Amino acid sequence: MKRKETTAKRTFSLQTKKALIAYSFLLIPVLFYLAIRIIPAFQAFLMSFTTSSSSAFTMDNYHKLINDEVFWKSVKNTILYVIIIVPLQMLFGLILALAIERMGGKLKWFYRIVFFLPYMTSIVAISWVWRLLYDPNSGILNEILVKLHLPTQEWLGSPSTALISISVVIIWQMMGFCMLLFTAGLQVIPRQYYEAADIDGASKWQTFWHITFPMLNPTIVFLAIIGVIQTLQTFTQIANLTGGSSGGGLGGPLNSTMSVVVYMYNEGFRQYNLHYAAASTVFLFILILIVTLIQFRTFNKSYKL
Amino acid sequence: MKKVFAMLFTLFIGSILLVACSSKDSKESKGNSEVTEITYWQYTFPTKVEQIDKIIADFEKENPDIKVVAQDFPYDQYQNKIFAAVEAGDRPDILNIYNGWISKYVDMDYIQPIREEFMSKEEISDYYVDMIQPYELDGEFYTLPVAVRSLALFWNKDMYKEAGLDPESPPKTWEELIENAKAMTEMTDDGRYKKEGFGWNAAGQGLHEFQQVLLRQYGVEPYSEDASKVLWNEKQEGYDAFKYWLDMTMVHKIGDPDVGNTYREAFLAGIAGMIVDGSFAVGDIQNASFDWGVTTLPVLEEGGLQSNYASYWTNAIAKGVEGKKLEASERFLAYLIQEDVQKDWLENVGELPASKALIADEELVNDPTYGPFIEGLDYAHATFFVNEDKERQIIIDGVDKIRLEDADYDETFDEIVTKIQEVRDEFFNKQ
Repeated sequence: MKRKETTAKRTFSLQTKKALIAYSFLLIPVLFYLAIRIIPAFQAFLMSFTTSSSSAFTMDNYHKLINDEVFWKSVKNTILYVIIIVPLQMLFGLILALAIERMGGKLKWFYRIVFFLPYMTSIVAISWVWRLLYDPNSGILNEILVKLHLPTQEWLGSPSTALISISVVIIWQMMGFCMLLFTAGLQVIPRQYYEAADIDGASKWQTFWHITFPMLNPTIVFLAIIGVIQTLQTFTQIANLTGGSSGGGLGGPLNSTMSVVVYMYNEGFRQYNLHYAAASTVFLFILILIVTLIQFRTFNKSYKL
Repeated sequence: MKKVFAMLFTLFIGSILLVACSSKDSKESKGNSEVTEITYWQYTFPTKVEQIDKIIADFEKENPDIKVVAQDFPYDQYQNKIFAAVEAGDRPDILNIYNGWISKYVDMDYIQPIREEFMSKEEISDYYVDMIQPYELDGEFYTLPVAVRSLALFWNKDMYKEAGLDPESPPKTWEELIENAKAMTEMTDDGRYKKEGFGWNAAGQGLHEFQQVLLRQYGVEPYSEDASKVLWNEKQEGYDAFKYWLDMTMVHKIGDPDVGNTYREAFLAGIAGMIVDGSFAVGDIQNASFDWGVTTLPVLEEGGLQSNYASYWTNAIAKGVEGKKLEASERFLAYLIQEDVQKDWLENVGELPASKALIADEELVNDPTYGPFIEGLDYAHATFFVNEDKERQIIIDGVDKIRLEDADYDETFDEIVTKIQEVRDEFFNKQ
């Protein structure tokens, strides 16, 4: 009896030891995460209820935010970015994945790399290259339009086309990433399903809708959620494609490309009103939370990330 | 499990303490009782950075008890760095800032007034050119500049020749500028610019060219004496000036903000015939591959009122610097603003001396490159900004509404004035 007890004790302490080792390995990342993410996020939340001149609780920042038309414009633009970018980057990614999958031989890899390259390239570098392509006076896009006898465009220079122009850059860059994940998703679909469908005489279209598409569902949900979160936070492309000497501040012309994050940046790091900027990040946090929850519910109830 | 958490917690607190202690130690061990170390911050403008390094080396030789550490940051991140450093309680001792930021920095409590014992208000007024005056805030001066800048008109002589114009006679009036620019502007059939005659832009120096040059030439005093009221649209002439300025791009089509990345780049690339820029642009432009000249800003009609816009980068001692560090900072500032240093500064950086006596120097006034800028200083005005960034954005947005959305000139002009007035009201009501 006694002997058994000691063994039990020893196993317990061994377990504790194991847990301790695991936790001590985790300690550094946990500390890092706490110090870099959690505590500042919490601080930002508290900051949004105070002003720089007093630490008393106030709703002033939110009041100002709700009454600022530029802020609402940035919210509208952010939603527009999501609506335009997310479905299109996934659609193009899927088309690319399916097209490349059908190709045989070594070229497959070549094409995969070609389409994935933009995703690996620095966003800043890409944005500046596109800025040159979009140049209304000397850019190659307008040159092509002229050759085709089509009217030239202002691209980033006009409030009516600037948001679309930025979306195109983001879609172009992200579709390679979607393609890669779809390719992985396609490869894990068991061949037997296709063989069975073949025997049953299903058309290609039927095979796609009844086998490929449902089997890709986890990938689609994942890409949709990641895509929406990323797009809601879009900053770098907007910051590098707009602003500078000709357009003034970021998010121009006339705030037509301003996203919530760019708005937050302008208020926090151009106007140096961190407390007010914090209020807009709290808003963004809530927006992302709501959208993600809705997505989880609508896309697939059984699928969990 | 509780035990594990207790341990984790102890470890967490322990490590924080450890970090806190070690950083304190390192700071204390740095401090040497003999030598006082002060930090000087500026944005990265290569010639200025080099020049400051040289000045510091000379200063340290004469003042072995002071060590100056100079740091510089890219322009677009510079204010963020200052802001983050001050908020984190780790600010530099001396800050080099733009005159347009002074009131914001005073308002945010970042900088301290120049002490009467160091340099009295009378001494400052006597020593410096008059444009420093508007920045006496609540009876105090907060900064001391080394150099000042004004605007002038650069023209590309090669483009003048190509367009059949006399390369040695730059425009004297705005009307001539428009005519010459029209002759140099080349467009494609579908209305895109191949070359622009004049680097028109509301951003950059454009807005200054409007508010301190054109408005005044039209007889409009842009701001009330205490700078609290925006008077641009007080008279019909203000609307006329605004229309005249915008018509350069809208009607006469002599230039557009979209040509080149900036007007200076467009000028350097040989696709802009004329630009208005500051003396600090000389450094870039002197490497141009074409023949160029520089002259004073145009007037409305020959013999008419001349006006110019002046600005400067200036040195402030941060709030909270005291004791030995304050004394060391003041000694460094005193060294920095000496006339000899200012002379070197012109030669190596291209900014004009801020001292009244130096700027009257015959040799300087007759210099073919710097002469026009120095002449411009005589009748230059510095704009008192309360929030330079915001005010600039309001003007750019207003101009864009007209350029891109065909908004009504007069209505937009009123809107710009109202918005800038709101920014100023917010500032002055706080005072």
